[in-house]
Amino acid sequence: MSEKKTKRRDFLFTATTAVGAVGAAAVVWPMIDQMNPDASVKALASTEVDVSSLTPGNTLTVLWRGKPVFIRRRTQEEIDEARAVKMEELIHPEKDEDRAKNPEWLVMLGVCTHLGCVPLNDKGDYNGWFCPCHGSHYDTSGRIRKGPAPWNMEVPKYEFVNANTIKIG
Amino acid sequence: MSDHDYRPKSKVGQWFNDRLPLLTLANHLTDYPTPKNLNYWWTFGGILTFCLITQIVTGLTLAMHYIAHADMAFESVEHIMRDVNYGWLIRYIHANGASMFFLAVYIHIFRSLFYGSYKSPREIIWILGIIIYLLMMAAAFMGYVLPWGQMSFWGATVITNLFSAIPLVGEGIVTWLWGGYSVDNPTLTRFFTLHYLIPFLILGLVVLHIWALHVPGNNNPVGIDIKKPSKDTVPFHPYIVIKDGFALLMFMIVFAFFVFYAPNILGHADNYIEANPMVTPAHIVPEWYLLPFYAILRSVPDKLLGVVAMLSAILILAVLPWLDTSKIRSAVFRPLYKQFYWILVADVLILGYVGAMPAEGLYLLIARVATAYYFLHFLVILPVLGFKEKTLPMPLSITEPVLGGSPNLAAARNKESKIE
Repeated sequence: MSEKKTKRRDFLFTATTAVGAVGAAAVVWPMIDQMNPDASVKALASTEVDVSSLTPGNTLTVLWRGKPVFIRRRTQEEIDEARAVKMEELIHPEKDEDRAKNPEWLVMLGVCTHLGCVPLNDKGDYNGWFCPCHGSHYDTSGRIRKGPAPWNMEVPKYEFVNANTIKIG
Repeated sequence: MSDHDYRPKSKVGQWFNDRLPLLTLANHLTDYPTPKNLNYWWTFGGILTFCLITQIVTGLTLAMHYIAHADMAFESVEHIMRDVNYGWLIRYIHANGASMFFLAVYIHIFRSLFYGSYKSPREIIWILGIIIYLLMMAAAFMGYVLPWGQMSFWGATVITNLFSAIPLVGEGIVTWLWGGYSVDNPTLTRFFTLHYLIPFLILGLVVLHIWALHVPGNNNPVGIDIKKPSKDTVPFHPYIVIKDGFALLMFMIVFAFFVFYAPNILGHADNYIEANPMVTPAHIVPEWYLLPFYAILRSVPDKLLGVVAMLSAILILAVLPWLDTSKIRSAVFRPLYKQFYWILVADVLILGYVGAMPAEGLYLLIARVATAYYFLHFLVILPVLGFKEKTLPMPLSITEPVLGGSPNLAAARNKESKIE
């Protein structure tokens, strides 16, 4: 065993290990990927919601992909309050104009960005939402203002199919 | 150890033992020399084995009636409670058994902390124990999800969301854990599978834990190395078996009290409401045994750092043998450590209490102070104490202080009276 020269046996050893590792990885990946969302889960990608009965100052909560979505028809006061906020006061700066294209309608995932609880309507120090789990306060634009949550509540992809119907997803 | 010389008496026994030395193992376990001064805090290993077997047996029987499906899980648990013969009993034993398991494991861990059982040469026993403890927490958490009540669902949501704190890949990991875009049926079925698997992993680790224990042998209240076998030891059977058995009986009285008189007192009423993804309960709390860590999580105002602090609080235990620099094992001979030990016990109890309270105002302040002290104890006090502390003189053997002539007679006597 004194010779250090690469031999035919060393080559075989390395090649076998390499092929074995690739083979093992090829078997492990399906085992891991089977846990990702399956085709039937992905198929439930969009929901249409009739919002004709919603009056200003009220919120409709619908389920989309297993998560609640808040559809808030905001009052003029709420809109003014949300738009008057200066960017430097925000933890996660986002303009209300970007979050609610049609200022009367705020559509967002009703999921606290801290650990996923559903915040409560018309609660908290900023007249918006309050998460009961760990005390995050959101404003009338669903932006995080106080508490442990790192981001504003997420605005999903949505569009008005017609004046009374919102399609989420 | 001398048990390698063991030879069964009967011909059949010899024939069998030459082919599979099970009788040698049995002989090792019965004759295993044990320090003769072990007190009742040492009986919790046996009690924990009992707890594990209880959970496995009741869990297997529950699995015969439970249905792991988001639409049927809640009803199937009610079916177990109302229709299945003795279903209520089996479920209450299993649910309270989890609490009893944690009660025993906390006593077992704090016994190690007091008597320095984690120190050389027992580090591997200790680390195996920490891995078992982590698996216990995973099993308990997933088991709590299975009834698919409100606390199940929202507990699962909050705990799995902890992973979303990881930068970049966090969200992907959470989706992968859920098998969807929220906690739902795919999450339930995989949790059931893992909840079924983990107890058997724990069982395997318990075998390693005991194996590793039998290499150096038990630590003891005096914390000195002893010769085995010697005047300082007694055989495991019958001495320790009887003592463990008696302690187990006492433990089972407490266990039975909860099962028969207060089966729901350790649970949460909200878990008798079926899971509803649209409504979060007003006040989410984990089971009592996870509260100290929950308090640590909530005491940090930053999401990622909160998760890091909580995990560190557990993992710091794994490196404890190297953080504690003192050569002396038992707190009996460490007057300062003994005081810090009791402060730590109080600190953990306080964390548990504030973990159950809303995270605001004074509770939040207390949680922050207690969290800071928890880390201070392990990262500063323990390393420094090993160099600064003036320890008491150690006896040469377990027998010596009892027979007199020890410079340390008072300390040993004092300790003896505390055990009783």
